[in-house]
Amino acid sequence: MLLVWHVAVSRRWVAEGIIPAPAQVARSWYTWIFGSATATLSPYSGTWVANVLHSARRVLEGFLLAAIVGIPLGVFIGWNRLVARVVDPSIQLLRPVPITAWLPFAIAVFGIYDASALFLIGLGAFYPIVVNTTHGVRDTNLLLLRAARMMGAGETTILTKVVFRSALPSIFTGLRLGIGIAWTAVIVAEMIAVKSGLGYVLWDAYYVGRMDICVATMLSVGLLGFLSDRALQLLSRVILKWRTLEAHA
Amino acid sequence: MSASAVVELAEVWKVFDTGGRRVEALQAVSLAVARNEFAAILGPSGCGKSTLLNMVAGFDAPTRGRVLFDGDPVRAPDPRRAVVFQEPALFPWYTVLDNVTFGLRTRGVPVASYRARVEAFIEQVGLRGFESHYPAELSGGMKQRVGIARVLVMEPDVLLMDEPFGSLDAQTRSLMQELLLSVWERHQQTVLFVTHDIEEALLLADSVSVMTARPGRIKKRIAVKLPRPRSLEVTTSPFFNDLKREVLGLIREESVKAAAYGPETG
Repeated sequence: MLLVWHVAVSRRWVAEGIIPAPAQVARSWYTWIFGSATATLSPYSGTWVANVLHSARRVLEGFLLAAIVGIPLGVFIGWNRLVARVVDPSIQLLRPVPITAWLPFAIAVFGIYDASALFLIGLGAFYPIVVNTTHGVRDTNLLLLRAARMMGAGETTILTKVVFRSALPSIFTGLRLGIGIAWTAVIVAEMIAVKSGLGYVLWDAYYVGRMDICVATMLSVGLLGFLSDRALQLLSRVILKWRTLEAHA
Repeated sequence: MSASAVVELAEVWKVFDTGGRRVEALQAVSLAVARNEFAAILGPSGCGKSTLLNMVAGFDAPTRGRVLFDGDPVRAPDPRRAVVFQEPALFPWYTVLDNVTFGLRTRGVPVASYRARVEAFIEQVGLRGFESHYPAELSGGMKQRVGIARVLVMEPDVLLMDEPFGSLDAQTRSLMQELLLSVWERHQQTVLFVTHDIEEALLLADSVSVMTARPGRIKKRIAVKLPRPRSLEVTTSPFFNDLKREVLGLIREESVKAAAYGPETG
């Protein structure tokens, strides 16, 4: 892919100045990360880490918010028919509304502040988490519930020791989907609703014609999304050790 | 009825409503299991014997009639009536030890008071050395032994067993039957054991209640007066064969009837 990109630019298959060559993106990215030895007027010099930290913090906060609300809510929707009937329709109705459509609403309510971004990120990550948690809870094996009951387990024990544990694989699926959406949402939010982070840089660089920085930003987001997904996968492998054993059995 | 009955079913009917179609699973079933009795219920698949056991466990309620435990109506599952299911039904996220102690931990029994007992039961069912294994790492027979150990440590009043060895291969099944015999002969627990295997019922139980095909009724209750302790050799004795012949006769009558008049097969 990198080779095709390089050849396409150097042979001028694409209009010059619109898509930068890989080497140039790499150089700009390097300067963006480490700054340049000589004094420069470029606003991007050496600011990469700060912007990544801004975005990553927002993703983490929004994602945690979504998990803290989404997992318990999903458990209750999956477990209790009454909760399902009351809450689930609203969730299903709002779910198809894209994050971008929420932007004006978020800015109107929270303003051009972090809260807007957190709202959008949290909302985006919330849906897959709550839906997958609900699904996992409903899939709990009836036999295991009966086993727990005949051993004297009460409702709380059953929810925490059986239903939640049995839904964990599904919850992790939701978390992985959620963190992916969180990275999408953070870029959208930062492009419009706040004035820092990778999304802000992306939009800013586009306005001043720095396509090299745009591409470097895209690659950065891809990398960070990939790494956070990997981290979740690792965590799930540790927590769901029993499941990896099942796969090999 | 009998004062010593731990489990008692009086004129129990169970009707299932499946998509507007009424299915009579049990018809006027009466049964009493005395304390320290090993009672087997023998019947073809679909005769409602699992339904019967589920009602004694408290998973299901009778449509009519009464299910009594220690003289009180059964309303909900209770650790005094422990169940061994056909599938091991272990918690896959817990180790063998955590599965075995689940009931005790759930009820807040202090660890110190049961550690020795748990070790003894794990030893008895041959799981020593596997305490920290997960169910996924065990064979079918071993899983079922965990399923037995976890209810034995709870020291229940009644052990309800729903074809516990039905999904095991023949050899493992024989081993498990011998294991259950030795465990039972040591603890003399009251057992209600459901099976479709004639030899298994006769080998293990003090009494065998033969059930009819759907709708399930108890056709006859046979006392198994084989001396204890028993072992697999008992199955070759002439007395055992006489009993087997009697039960086979009862069951054949039933299957002939089912084939001739049965509204449905299977």
